[in-house]
Amino acid sequence: MFKVENIRKDFPILSRQVNGKPLVYFDNAATSQTPQQVIDVIVNYYSNYNANIHRGVHALSQEATDLYEQARYKIQAHFNAKHAHEIIYTSGTTHGINLVANGFSALLKKGDEIIVSALEHHSNIVPWQMLCERTGANLKVIPMNQNGELEIKAFETLLNQNTKLVFVNHISNALGTINPIDHIIKKAHEVGAAVLVDGAQSSPHIKPDVQALDVDFYVVSAHKMCGPTGVGVLYGKEDWLNKLPPYQGGGEMIAEVTFEKTTYAALPHKFEAGTPNICGGIAFGAAIDYMNAVGFDAIAAYEHELLEYATNKLLEIEGLKIYGTSRHKTSVISFNLEGIHPYDVGTILDKLGVAVRTGHHCAQPIMDYFKIPGTVRASFAFYNTKSEIDILVEGVKKAKMMLS
Amino acid sequence: MTIEEIQNEIIDEFSMFEDWEERYQYMIDLGKDLPLIDDQYKTDNNIIKGCQSKVWVHAEMNDNKVDFTADSDAIITKGIIAILIRVFSNQHPKDIIEANTDFIDKIGLKEHLSPTRANGLVSMVKQLKMYAIAYQTQLN
Repeated sequence: MFKVENIRKDFPILSRQVNGKPLVYFDNAATSQTPQQVIDVIVNYYSNYNANIHRGVHALSQEATDLYEQARYKIQAHFNAKHAHEIIYTSGTTHGINLVANGFSALLKKGDEIIVSALEHHSNIVPWQMLCERTGANLKVIPMNQNGELEIKAFETLLNQNTKLVFVNHISNALGTINPIDHIIKKAHEVGAAVLVDGAQSSPHIKPDVQALDVDFYVVSAHKMCGPTGVGVLYGKEDWLNKLPPYQGGGEMIAEVTFEKTTYAALPHKFEAGTPNICGGIAFGAAIDYMNAVGFDAIAAYEHELLEYATNKLLEIEGLKIYGTSRHKTSVISFNLEGIHPYDVGTILDKLGVAVRTGHHCAQPIMDYFKIPGTVRASFAFYNTKSEIDILVEGVKKAKMMLS
Repeated sequence: MTIEEIQNEIIDEFSMFEDWEERYQYMIDLGKDLPLIDDQYKTDNNIIKGCQSKVWVHAEMNDNKVDFTADSDAIITKGIIAILIRVFSNQHPKDIIEANTDFIDKIGLKEHLSPTRANGLVSMVKQLKMYAIAYQTQLN
């Protein structure tokens, strides 16, 4: 039974104060908060298991290795990957994207095409521009409409025999729009293109099944899912991961080294050079356990309730405009007050203890589309409450009064 | 008035406010009153890029004193600029270069001075001082 009062007790940070007011944390799309259960795992790791993994014959190293590899199995099960070696530990979503982009350098030639969406985060645009510069491939963009939804018809006309890779986020970080990735994947596969999906914003809200989606690559970050920063995973289909060359050279990723030739380790180690974020990987596993114990169905239902409540309340404020009005969206509200800079609204809200994000959310092309310098973005998690939303709404009203 | 005298005057004014709300309301009002920069100077060259709000600054030297005009697209940022301009405008370049900015701490706006804060206040002070250094070189 989902009870938000009980859940909040798991998050020590939610009881702290900011500027003399109780913290209202609505910047969950940037990073989620960490429950005690995950904090305990981190403390326990450094108190009892800290060692370097995979090579040690001693007990500590063995135990740490076991914990790290068990976490990989948990992550595999969560995303329903066919094999554990299809789960590559990374430092986060950006690392995963760069790993794939770098790998495709070896597979693309002049005239090939890569398609990205207009709803992307900067980190999702730059690696592909770099890849195009290296290979002579061309970058195509799926346009979006006034509701902040991708134009799927336009996407279909972009596809052709030269399309080698399609890259799209599952959910937009700036607007919260849920993209129809199952359809995008199906259409891309019809022309033989691979699909990489950025799951950074979706993984905290829904439980994707990578086999059912038939997605080729899927990337996530632990810190958006109640885990620590600096760790994430890349899921890749075994065939694809075997085709891509290694990303970084170093320890862990080799089978045999002589000065003449190095043979690479098998998956997943081929992509895991150097000492990884061992504690982070283990804590990521614990975070996934925690979220599954709460239950993704319950999380989605409750967050949707928060989204509807906040949307209705905020729209009662005259002159407030919400950007991203798709019917298919997660608990993210990007908005502006007419004639008022988002930075000013965010500053006043901060004084009231309310943490929101202001600015372009690393998605400048989206802001250019709406011809605005940025937005105020409130993003809700399953540990937020309606009374916190009331504090936000009162704060926005106060900001409007002070700034108009 | 010297830079220090102006700073003390501002500290006095801010000491009358009882809470953050009054301080911020005052800054917002200052921002609204700030004489806008002449449009011809509102160019990309004169932009100090903070992460979130745009700030334009223009400097001129008249009678061996530096005059600043400025604007921003965010009103609180504009209020902060208004305070900086009141302190630094119409002063000798040497005095601007040597002035310290502790008064910002004393009027309860310390949080805006953190180098990691995204409003570019630190770059703003630096930019005003850079202009002063440039004009000082001309005088030497």
